[in-house]
Amino acid sequence: MSGDQAGLNCPLSDTDIPRIQMAHGGGGRMMQDLIRDIIMPAFRNPLLEQNHDGAIFPGGEGDLAFTTDGHVVQPLFFPGGDIGTLAINGAVNDLAMCGAEPWQIAVSLILEEGFPINDLRTVIASMAAAAAAVGARVVTGDTKVVERGKGDGLFVTTSGIGRVRTPARPLPEAVQPGDAILLSGDIGRHGIAIMAARAGLSFDRPLESDCAPLWPTVAALIEHGIDLHCLRDLTRGGLTAGLVEIAEAIQLALEVETAAIPVSEPVRNACELFGLDPMHVANEGRFIAYVPANQAQEAVAIMHRFGGARAIGRVSEDQTGAVVLKSPYGSSRRLRLPNGEQLPRIC
Amino acid sequence: MRYSDEFRAPDAVAHLAKAIGETVTRSWSIMEVCGGQTHAIMRFGLDQLLPEGVKLLHGPGCPVCVTPAAVLDKAVEIAGEPGVVFCTFADMLPVPATTGTLEEMKASGADVRPVYSPLDAVRIASQEPDREVVFFAVGFETTAPANALAVRLAHDQGLRNFSVLVAQVLVPPALEALLAEPDHLIDGFLAAGHVCTVMGTSAYEPISATRHVPIVATGFEPVDILAGVLAAVRQLEAGEARVENVYERAVAAAGNMSARQLIEQVFTQVDRDWRGLGRIPASGLALRPEFKAFDAEHRFGPVDGHEPAGSQCIAGLVLQGKARPDDCPAFGRECTPQHPLGVTMVSSEGACAAYHLYRKWEGAAV
Repeated sequence: MSGDQAGLNCPLSDTDIPRIQMAHGGGGRMMQDLIRDIIMPAFRNPLLEQNHDGAIFPGGEGDLAFTTDGHVVQPLFFPGGDIGTLAINGAVNDLAMCGAEPWQIAVSLILEEGFPINDLRTVIASMAAAAAAVGARVVTGDTKVVERGKGDGLFVTTSGIGRVRTPARPLPEAVQPGDAILLSGDIGRHGIAIMAARAGLSFDRPLESDCAPLWPTVAALIEHGIDLHCLRDLTRGGLTAGLVEIAEAIQLALEVETAAIPVSEPVRNACELFGLDPMHVANEGRFIAYVPANQAQEAVAIMHRFGGARAIGRVSEDQTGAVVLKSPYGSSRRLRLPNGEQLPRIC
Repeated sequence: MRYSDEFRAPDAVAHLAKAIGETVTRSWSIMEVCGGQTHAIMRFGLDQLLPEGVKLLHGPGCPVCVTPAAVLDKAVEIAGEPGVVFCTFADMLPVPATTGTLEEMKASGADVRPVYSPLDAVRIASQEPDREVVFFAVGFETTAPANALAVRLAHDQGLRNFSVLVAQVLVPPALEALLAEPDHLIDGFLAAGHVCTVMGTSAYEPISATRHVPIVATGFEPVDILAGVLAAVRQLEAGEARVENVYERAVAAAGNMSARQLIEQVFTQVDRDWRGLGRIPASGLALRPEFKAFDAEHRFGPVDGHEPAGSQCIAGLVLQGKARPDDCPAFGRECTPQHPLGVTMVSSEGACAAYHLYRKWEGAAV
């Protein structure tokens, strides 16, 4: 039976339905239309238009990096970005930390029944813009819908492939005693922006997430011949995790000057209010680079073009795998990973 | 608006540390009452700046630490009741009752909601009239005003589905109790600045006078804490014992009158059990009879139960300033934030957690 028969046609085109329905994930017409009308136009490229389960492409020369990242942020829209920018930059930044130029990205959406189509449009547009900003393409994807109450509006998983552009692979094992530890900018803005949005807090000066692509900065470092021993983006777990994980992996001590770590005033104030340590708070557009000491100054100058980069410490010869924080008062302590989630405290 | 920079300035810190060194001629033990101060001391390594003779003892001012297991059991029990929305400050979530944690209850499907303010719980109660909304009213004098306000709002709005499980405690009776111990080590107190902001400093006058201890209302930044230590050791060296306020930017002698009135209006002083310290007379708050309808114990039955039998944990001694966290044989070995034996290791403000997270770096592999 043809749908063209009089009386059997739906009077509205499917994409005029203002909210996600279970059927949008059913694999039928509505899902096809959703992909055709909302997702495809934003990402349009020949590989995506293969309309296959995956994208097939020539490998080219040199190393490829491949990564994946799930995103479940609440609220979905926050000052400085949304789950779309976050998801693309998540994959982009993981690739950048491999010294890889982002290339092909896959996007998997899990939508909750009732999710507003217009919100989806906004998120998709953010994703397209974030991918375009680093010259990457979304070449394949998947869409599922779960019943109302079984999701949290929208979950996004991104996977990415990038072409490694560094002469040597930037991995923890390449870090050497004496290396300088460089931080690409002020810390804690993403975590505090999210927490403030959840708590309904506002600031005198608006506080935006630091969500941003790291590839342009890394590309500039590579272009200037900086020997990138290791790169680590700071996400959940904050600067603390970025330092402790590397120290433990290489079993060398890292000496870090707390006074050198930039924390913006609103973040500092909010951390005081919530009882949090900015060192542990999440970022989405910051990284640390381990580079030879004699290139540190040049590297900071290059990184500084993209944000307030600082040299914050050095890798010591001490084989303890500890991160030692030195206070401006002459005292020192070991930096440890906090246990579990960062919880605002009672008083 | 700058909240903290000038109170973290390295030159001011160095200046105060030097002054303390020049003042001290013998050994003194000073207890900072509040867990927030303990954390600041460890986080900034302030204990490392003090002369050998000055020892900081860590006090019981951590609401999470002193809330008895029996109350937590009640919280877990209420959270498991069908139809209940159990609202709590987030740092109560991981604290073990004898029957589990609120976090575990949440994961197994109970409607446990972390909130930033008790007023959020009142809002939930008014938005979800079919649910029984219970707020876990823990804390010192600092949380009492907002918790009192929540009860009064619920009362004024005629809400029938809102109640509070009260575990409010008070600082001055606890200081009295610590000083009444024959083997206490305390020469002076740094009183918790935030508590003084609400209540003022008058309640400390009789304690300081009768027990002959300096009590210094002290803030939470490095400069505040060292200024508190300096004031305390100056008094001690001079043989004086009085109440002093070095947190003048936040503390008025009379406290915050509207906050005090609110507490007075809703709560009445009662005996309370403290985890690690036992029962202390008139050391807590309970709802006044006219607000009985909002008492979760009235609705869900009273808190009853016993403290779990002691393990290796010496949290009680730590909370009384009789032992330091690293005096404990289990510290950092059997007892870590991942596998805590005592609540002082669980709480974000607990002294053991502070020691574990911020321990001085001595170059040893751990």
